[in-house]
Amino acid sequence: MFIDQSKYITVALILFLVGLTGIFLNRKNILILLMSIELMLLAINFNFVIFSVFLDDILGQIFAILVLTVAAAESAIGLAILVVYYRVRGTIAIEFINLLRG
Amino acid sequence: MFLSVVFAPLLGCLFAGFFGRFLTPKGSSFISFAGVITACFFAFIAFFEVGLSASPCYIQLCPWIDSQLFDGSWGFYFDSLTCSMCVVVTIISSLVHFYSMGYMSHDPHLPRFMAYLSLFTFFMLILISADNLVQLFFGWEGVGLCSYLLINFWFTRLQANKAAIKAMVVNRIGDVGLALGVFSIFAIFKTTDYAVIFSLIPYYFDSIILFFTIKLDLLNMIGLLLFIGATGKSAQLGLHTWLPDAMEGPTPVSALIHAATMVTAGVYLIIRCSPLYEYTQLALIVITVFGAVTAFIAATIGIVQNDLKKVIAYSTCSQLGYMIFVCGLSNYSVGMFHLMNHAYFKALLFLSAGSVIHALNDEQDLRRMGGLLKSLPFSYVMILVGSFALMGFPFLTGFYSKDIILEIAYAKYTSYGTFAHWLGIISAGLTAFYSFRLVYFTFISSTNGFKSSVQNIHDAPISMGVPLFILAICSIFVGFLTKDLFVGLGTPFWNNSIFILSTNSNIIDSEFVPFFIKLAPIIVSVFSSSLSVFVYYVFSNMFFNISKSSIIQFLYLFLNRKWFFDRLQNESFVKALINFGYSTSYKVLDKGIIEIVGPTGVIYLVTKISNQLSKLQSGFIHFYVFFMFVGVILFILKMLILPFVFFLTIDVALYFILLVGTFLINIV
Repeated sequence: MFIDQSKYITVALILFLVGLTGIFLNRKNILILLMSIELMLLAINFNFVIFSVFLDDILGQIFAILVLTVAAAESAIGLAILVVYYRVRGTIAIEFINLLRG
Repeated sequence: MFLSVVFAPLLGCLFAGFFGRFLTPKGSSFISFAGVITACFFAFIAFFEVGLSASPCYIQLCPWIDSQLFDGSWGFYFDSLTCSMCVVVTIISSLVHFYSMGYMSHDPHLPRFMAYLSLFTFFMLILISADNLVQLFFGWEGVGLCSYLLINFWFTRLQANKAAIKAMVVNRIGDVGLALGVFSIFAIFKTTDYAVIFSLIPYYFDSIILFFTIKLDLLNMIGLLLFIGATGKSAQLGLHTWLPDAMEGPTPVSALIHAATMVTAGVYLIIRCSPLYEYTQLALIVITVFGAVTAFIAATIGIVQNDLKKVIAYSTCSQLGYMIFVCGLSNYSVGMFHLMNHAYFKALLFLSAGSVIHALNDEQDLRRMGGLLKSLPFSYVMILVGSFALMGFPFLTGFYSKDIILEIAYAKYTSYGTFAHWLGIISAGLTAFYSFRLVYFTFISSTNGFKSSVQNIHDAPISMGVPLFILAICSIFVGFLTKDLFVGLGTPFWNNSIFILSTNSNIIDSEFVPFFIKLAPIIVSVFSSSLSVFVYYVFSNMFFNISKSSIIQFLYLFLNRKWFFDRLQNESFVKALINFGYSTSYKVLDKGIIEIVGPTGVIYLVTKISNQLSKLQSGFIHFYVFFMFVGVILFILKMLILPFVFFLTIDVALYFILLVGTFLINIV
């Protein structure tokens, strides 16, 4: 069965948008924010894998695994920062995390 | 040898100027005098070789400006014209150097003064020996600079500063004309070499040049532009106002620069360009009319001036008018003859006036002199000789050239020739009048000076007397001795240096004018000099009563205020130009448009935009994500719509994001 690649891309895009909207609409819970970021990374990974299959090139799948590794590390670091931040500021509500403004 | 004529004064100038501190005033004045007298010696040899032995000398020294489009070189062209000028310039310059040693001996800045004088001589020699117009322009500007420096020599005097700046600025106006003339010559002939230009001139006769779609006669235009240059330098009507003011400088400077040599540069330019002017009918008429009117107006002003030097300055202006108009009548050799004669007797007049001023403790006002006949007999004789030569007393120097000028003007038999003749005759009368007035007020009238200026009176010391004596000898004999050489019928002296179109030549006609016309200048001179004696000496009481009438008062005021030329120029041109310069080109352009479009505007814009851009970094994650979101949406839209709307490229989309972002920030 041959499925048009634009369908796959649409799925990846919708996944990405869901992740993006998750960050965008979520004003309170920082854990949901981290999960949304993971979701966006997965959407990107999905693109990598699809095109790797379509182009018959193993490099895309290797890269997907690399991204997964980095995502795991990033989540770990993110959670660690979160813990430290909670200890310092006493809150992790997103509305108040705006120390880095211009 | 020819080059040392030009460069010996420069050496003198460099030594006196840069090492004057070590050479002592006496040493530096000796060195600069040595430079000039060397030049004078070689100038005489050059005159013998070139003028009398008819072998011109052309030296191409070295390249100066060497680009493919324009090649200018340091070239020196010694023909009869140049050599005659060289002789005059170096003689007068040597005598003035010698005179200055006495006249300026008490001045602490004597080395500087001597350096300036030598530098001036160098530039003047460059001017007259140039073989191309650019080098002439170099000398032209150089003598202008030296004139400025020397007028301003006593730089602590406000009047001297003002006069110097005036001389500089008025001369610049003339120089613009000269520069434009040189430019247009270069544009047409692709060179500035005299030899090339003058040999090509006949082929451009009656050719047209387009200037902003206006058709102009090429040669006439060039001729008039060069004449504007000559007007500035030779103090012709309109640009003459700087010359009387320039009398603020030391008297030797007035003698050397503002009487004998520099002011004749304009006349020299016209004589040098005779091959060009011979093909320009209109320009010649303009030159004639301007020269004649200058001669007349300057003479009328001269009769009522009260400053000893200003009287002589206006007389210079008037005599320059004679030279110019005789050149306009195509008799360049006569103009040159008058130039040389004038140099001797005018230098004599100025230097002896300087001797009087020196004796009177720097008193210049005629009304505070008088009665000097007994105490300054030598100066009296000198001024008398100069005045007689100036007013054309028979068989003195001025007689030969002035008579020929007036005869030529009459023998032209054209309206402008006759115009020039009449004005010339009247000016000759006025010249005699003010010369006698000057002599009367200075020497013969009863003493009016202060005791402080009269008590230490002494006649010229030897260093000032010798130059006066030599100049007096020249003023008496030179005209008689050189008349046949310079302007005799069919003289071969000028070779190719002066060109007169055969249809324009009227030197033969001038031999056959009616006897009465030949006598007219002398009659007029004698009449008005005796009138001067009657007015001021014999019937002075009656004259005093007449002078109280309102019309005489008005006339006196009008002439004493110099025909209101300064005021006319100040109120009509200068004020408008200053207003334009301040409000338009300074306030609107420099400080207005250029400033807003340029630095200030850019600074303002960058600050403002960067302030707004920095607000984009708000620190809220969801804010950043919003832009990502918008970006993605636009990207998708672009992907979908691109085939239909191809102008929406990714760059435009980015700009759009920026725009929306800035907008949002401003409303937040």
